[in-house]
Amino acid sequence: MGWPVTAPVLDVQGLTVRLPAGADRVHAVENVSFAVAPGEIVCVVGESGSGKSVTAHAVMGLLPPGQLTATAGRVLLEGDDLLRKSPTEMRRIRGDRISMIFQEPMTALNPVMKVGDQIAEVLDIHTRLSERERRARVLDVMTSVHLPEPERLIDVYPHQLSGGQRQRIMIAAALVLDPVLLIADEPTTALDVTTQAQILKLIKELRARRNTGVLFITHDFGVVAEVAHRVVVMQHGRVVEQGRTEDVLRRPRDDYTRMLIRAVPSLSPPPRAPAAAAPIVLQTTDLSKTYLARGFFAKRREVKAVKDVNLQVRRGETLGVVGESGSGKSTVARCIARLIEPTGGAILIEGADVARLGARALRPHRKRVQIVFQDPYRSLNPRRTVGAAITEGPMNFGMAESEAATRARNLMRLVGLDPDALARFPHQFSGGQRQRICIARALAMEPELLVADEPVSALDVSVQAQVLELIDDVRKRFNLAVLFITHDLRVAAQVCDRIAVMHKGEVVEEGTTAAVFAAPKHAYTRALFDSAPGRHFEFGKFEV
Amino acid sequence: MLGYILRRLLATLPVMLIVAVFVFLMLRLTPGDPAAVIAGDNANSEQVAAIRNSLGLDQPIFTQFFIWFGNILRGDFGESYFFKKTVAELITSRLEPTLALSLATIVIAVAVAVPLGVLAAYRQGTLIDKIVMGFSVLGFSVPVFVIGYSLIYLFAIKLNWLPVQGYQRIGDGFGGFLQRLILPSVTLSVIYIALIARMTRTSVLDVMGEDYIRTARAKGQVEVKVLFKHALKNAAVPIVTVIGLGVALLIGGVVVTESVFTIPGLGRLTVDAVLARDYPTIQAVILLFSFVYVLINLLVDLAYTLFDPRIRY
Repeated sequence: MGWPVTAPVLDVQGLTVRLPAGADRVHAVENVSFAVAPGEIVCVVGESGSGKSVTAHAVMGLLPPGQLTATAGRVLLEGDDLLRKSPTEMRRIRGDRISMIFQEPMTALNPVMKVGDQIAEVLDIHTRLSERERRARVLDVMTSVHLPEPERLIDVYPHQLSGGQRQRIMIAAALVLDPVLLIADEPTTALDVTTQAQILKLIKELRARRNTGVLFITHDFGVVAEVAHRVVVMQHGRVVEQGRTEDVLRRPRDDYTRMLIRAVPSLSPPPRAPAAAAPIVLQTTDLSKTYLARGFFAKRREVKAVKDVNLQVRRGETLGVVGESGSGKSTVARCIARLIEPTGGAILIEGADVARLGARALRPHRKRVQIVFQDPYRSLNPRRTVGAAITEGPMNFGMAESEAATRARNLMRLVGLDPDALARFPHQFSGGQRQRICIARALAMEPELLVADEPVSALDVSVQAQVLELIDDVRKRFNLAVLFITHDLRVAAQVCDRIAVMHKGEVVEEGTTAAVFAAPKHAYTRALFDSAPGRHFEFGKFEV
Repeated sequence: MLGYILRRLLATLPVMLIVAVFVFLMLRLTPGDPAAVIAGDNANSEQVAAIRNSLGLDQPIFTQFFIWFGNILRGDFGESYFFKKTVAELITSRLEPTLALSLATIVIAVAVAVPLGVLAAYRQGTLIDKIVMGFSVLGFSVPVFVIGYSLIYLFAIKLNWLPVQGYQRIGDGFGGFLQRLILPSVTLSVIYIALIARMTRTSVLDVMGEDYIRTARAKGQVEVKVLFKHALKNAAVPIVTVIGLGVALLIGGVVVTESVFTIPGLGRLTVDAVLARDYPTIQAVILLFSFVYVLINLLVDLAYTLFDPRIRY
């Protein structure tokens, strides 16, 4: 193995967790076995529903009581079976010998408690330190996770910190008692890529310094390639493959693993035919959006969300707008779809400026720009059938119901769904299917421009590939102009003809995808590329 | 923050003016003649007219309003037609019982309802939850006077533990004061217990699904502290809102409760003043109640900042 042979910190043997009656399968996880050595990072990878989070929660003893119960197997922490512990014994272990960090550091921290107190709480529960000693320990651990000015940050609330700082607070609280095992449940999924790179670096550094075993739950093979010593691949509650990272990524034995790895979009853009001189569908000139915050006694504050953005999309072309959260990329999308009003500049849709039109004048332009949102679970009205969702737009513009229904049936077929499913409600579909419905809904309006705002970010990687393919397919079929908003460089590389990189409300770099990826010019673009997890790894090129 | 408070207090002025106009007009547009009430059953029309003249009620309505309002601006609320005292004196002497009753009611309501609500949320779906929620429905639906008379019957008449009615000033002995306050404030608090317990349950249930509750458990925190340290403070904003609403609604409850327990407070004063068409007293009491209402709203808004650091004015 090449890894020093020591007793594992965590040894999971044949873990089985039963689902409540009436679920789609009997067990959430079944016969799961793996081990984590001291100082080792083991990644459990899988798509949603694979049972990876249930496994982590079972180890923590945090399965929802009455709903999920471990029915078989052993979870040995330094030889001690956690499944046999009483709730009180488990409470003493949690936070002390095992600790956990979570996906969303904003919601995982108590919003009404100072962050220093949230770290100190762990000491309060498990130790008898004095107030002064506790504060010293908190400052100490805050320094060790590289939080700037710990003396100041100890007394602030979570909403006053950035996403990366919040996750550092979570990590500080998790590590303050030097646990032997850290469970990280998708700890960087909600973070920006540059922040993610810093947090991954921090976790690697801390486990090396403290010799902590890390059980790292993720769906992202880029992250796996970046941090893992060993990988456990899960599907439908079972371990389908495990081994050293190199072995699993380069020589996967299981078909599902191969499929998952192959579905990771490559960072090198495929060759694309150069865009012909097709007519321009969308042109923005100096598009700006400034938010004003007013106070009675406070000074007026201006937030420039978007500054002088100039974009151009031709018929049949996909322009990617790439950036991190707060870069203004979604604000640009919303301005162009005129869901919000820009404060400056022009938005020309086929030559007509829609930037300043009022509600009534805007109406005829509405159908020409359609948008697909990030979260298909929330962008469809749960109380209306998908048929109603698709036909509503055309009928608003005067189409007869029967004609709209026929169009809806054709579109369902086009996006790969059964037309007879039109009478069903959104919750009866999977995430990928819902996103297909959202695309069908947008196409029903026969738009000139399709705005896709992070359309695959909420989807599993295998589903993601299919939806991306669908978007590219409808672009070709209808000769659509597509404005594709994404934070994911891998996705952008695969579907965009040109990309514009946004940073702090401005476009800092623009060019053909091939050119930008081959030789990024702006310092920020380069930083962004350097942060992409697993960038040194070419996924899907398997050795036999 | 200070600027905000100042602004809110300034904003009460137009509110008070509108209330003043409404109260004034309403009283004069509804039937009933204070002069006739004062003159008594045997008076002739000249006597009534003379009284009306002495009270200034024969003046045009606008003149009456401006005289009254001008006096208020100088701090003079006029003289009661019926009690033959200045309205200011009258209200001051009636303030203590009402204040004591309202305060005791709210303290009881919050002290009982919040733990009950948290317990019901924690044991959601169990018998305890069902009992708490059942009690809550009952508390909403039974009128105050029914609860009042039932409690009097049980604790004062049958068990003879507490006095039937009446009020003792705090200055005349705390024991007697408390003894006489218990039944009326428990009576009045029932509906607020129902309301606040329900709100607490819903609000805590919402919060229990949040990620930071899981984080607290991952730290090894005991359930009691998860509930009271993490959940309750996050659930506080809607609960405080309902408590604030409750205090405001208390004014209505006080009127009935003070009548049932014959407590000489503002509620009784209001009833007596309305029956006697005692315009200056009614006007002043209603103005006072509206001012208290506005003030409570401000206090509730300020209380939000105590519970949630993200709320800043």
